[in-house]
Amino acid sequence: MNPLLQFVEAYTAGKIRVVDLTQTLSPEFPSISLPPEMGQAWPFRIEEVSRYDERGPAWYWNNFSCGEHTGTHFDAPVHWISGKDLPNNATDSIPPERFIGPAFVIDCSREAAQNPDFLLTRKFIEDWEAKHARIAPRSWVLMRTDWSKRQDPAEYQNYDDEGQHTPGPDVEAVKFLVTERDVIGFGTESIGTDAGQAYHLRPPYPCHYYMHGAGRYGLQCLTNLDKLPPTGSVVIAAPLKIRNGSGSPLRVLALIHG
Amino acid sequence: MTISRRKNPILRTRLPTLPPAARSRVALGLTAAAALGRFELQQCGDCGMVQYPPREACQSCLSVNLLWREQVHGGDLLAQTVLHHSNDLFFRERLPWRLGLIKLDCGPTVVAHLHQSVKHRVQVRAALDRAGQAVIAALPEKEKADMADDRQLREFTCDPKHRKVLVTDGKTPLGQALAKSFAKAGAEIIWVGHSEPWKKFAGFDELKNLPQVTLLPFDVTDSKNVREAAAEIAGKVDILVNNAEVHRSFGIANRQGVETARAEMDVNYFGLLRLAQEFGPAMRSRGADGKASAVAWVNLLSIYAHANFPPHGTFSASKAAAHSLAQCLRAEMRPAGVRVVNVFPGPIDDEWNQLLPPPKLAPETLARAVVGALRDGVEDVYPGDVAQEWLARWRDNPKALERELSA
Repeated sequence: MNPLLQFVEAYTAGKIRVVDLTQTLSPEFPSISLPPEMGQAWPFRIEEVSRYDERGPAWYWNNFSCGEHTGTHFDAPVHWISGKDLPNNATDSIPPERFIGPAFVIDCSREAAQNPDFLLTRKFIEDWEAKHARIAPRSWVLMRTDWSKRQDPAEYQNYDDEGQHTPGPDVEAVKFLVTERDVIGFGTESIGTDAGQAYHLRPPYPCHYYMHGAGRYGLQCLTNLDKLPPTGSVVIAAPLKIRNGSGSPLRVLALIHG
Repeated sequence: MTISRRKNPILRTRLPTLPPAARSRVALGLTAAAALGRFELQQCGDCGMVQYPPREACQSCLSVNLLWREQVHGGDLLAQTVLHHSNDLFFRERLPWRLGLIKLDCGPTVVAHLHQSVKHRVQVRAALDRAGQAVIAALPEKEKADMADDRQLREFTCDPKHRKVLVTDGKTPLGQALAKSFAKAGAEIIWVGHSEPWKKFAGFDELKNLPQVTLLPFDVTDSKNVREAAAEIAGKVDILVNNAEVHRSFGIANRQGVETARAEMDVNYFGLLRLAQEFGPAMRSRGADGKASAVAWVNLLSIYAHANFPPHGTFSASKAAAHSLAQCLRAEMRPAGVRVVNVFPGPIDDEWNQLLPPPKLAPETLARAVVGALRDGVEDVYPGDVAQEWLARWRDNPKALERELSA
């Protein structure tokens, strides 16, 4: 039997459910902050074109603007200097089969609640594998921190005088996932795939440096990771087909069984 | 003056009326000077006679060589009367109204609006009335405490005392200095906007602790945010001060791409447009809302709005665009008697002018100048030596200034 028909049968029977891992795009959602003398990504902005009024009597629509890295978004390898010369490294050239993959969800919510600067280590991943399953090649690894439950943007961004304090992976964890587990990419709930203080790691921003340097992808500003099982879900994450795009806001869906 | 009772929110807000606004082109000379806070009268270039009201020719020697010259402010009250009836709608609603004849030290005798404390010796000033036209107001010769509270004088000024103020950006030293200056000037409520509210800024706590201040997440690049903030407070704002700006020091050749210039335009130009569309209508409807009505809209522009300063070329262009839009806003606010005050400072002593040599305007000095301009009722403000010098050079010869700035 055609496995797609089996899928549809299970889906219509309610045995497969969809979990939306996407934050709503809105002007209030925090954006990435850089030093003010550098170039800045646009935050999400929306302007009404018409709303059944003199500007367009029977229709409602908006113009919106934002950077490629706004809201829940996808990072392509070309985003980072380490991935700039790879083949198929941009949103339009990544093979579309990479946009669907199994997900392994590592729960770090307790650790992140205790320490906003929590760094996911190789040992933490190996302990997790011992308990659940070995991470399969070409899978997404999603770091659950429950960071998306921080509704107050100030708490979500978590700045103090030393900058941002949000959890992320350490250098060895990223290398391990790329070289020994051959992951498709790494996803987080906070504003970046790297920790808030990752500028001080060596190299700075290791998840960007090694993931993109190896042609892997990033997902950030995810939500609802607490609704996913540790193993057995499938993530659908297809960025907009922007020519030579470095990333894109997108709708990230997970399929779960049961 | 005390405003003892709050406004009853279910009473009708009366519509604004204006004093007679028609002026000949010649008479607009008085307005042009008053807009800068100057008292200028026509003086004959041939015989030296000072005359008022303005005419096409000298009333003494018929020469047409008439020059607008600053005059001394002193004079003597010759006669006075109190108006108890008027068919003019503006004055009819403000009776009784005190008027008098003043013999000016510089020569002519003029009809002036009299401050309640005026007795014999007076100082006159050319004031802009609610229609935006110059009239002559006579004040006591010596400054008195609470002099600005005079009921008639408040029709010509935009004194912040007892008024509710919105400062659009409290994250900068200037925004914080403005909030403090308005608090000191007796403003009743001061809303202070701050964008990207997840980033706590230096000075946040001090600002928050001012009893008059309410901090407001506010971003002039976000139409939805501006609309929602206006829905909440626009019907109460008496004085809006738009100091939100992006300033980067680039010309055309030393910065790739348009993103920085676009950010400047988005805040400096489109930000003003968004504010004007959302806050303008409510403020226009409150131009005659009792003793603390909507009175003024202040735009922080730049002296570079008049002539491009190439090292800060794209910033200059955005301020020129904002200046042009502010002229449109001024025309649209005038029927409500709400004054649009444009402030044209030279370099402010801030982060983005780090490499410019002094003199640079301290944020506190600029804030005081804004409050002073509102108290004096002027329309165009050039605070500090640099702005004054550029203004003089620009008025003398705009082309020469263009060459000097690009040298």
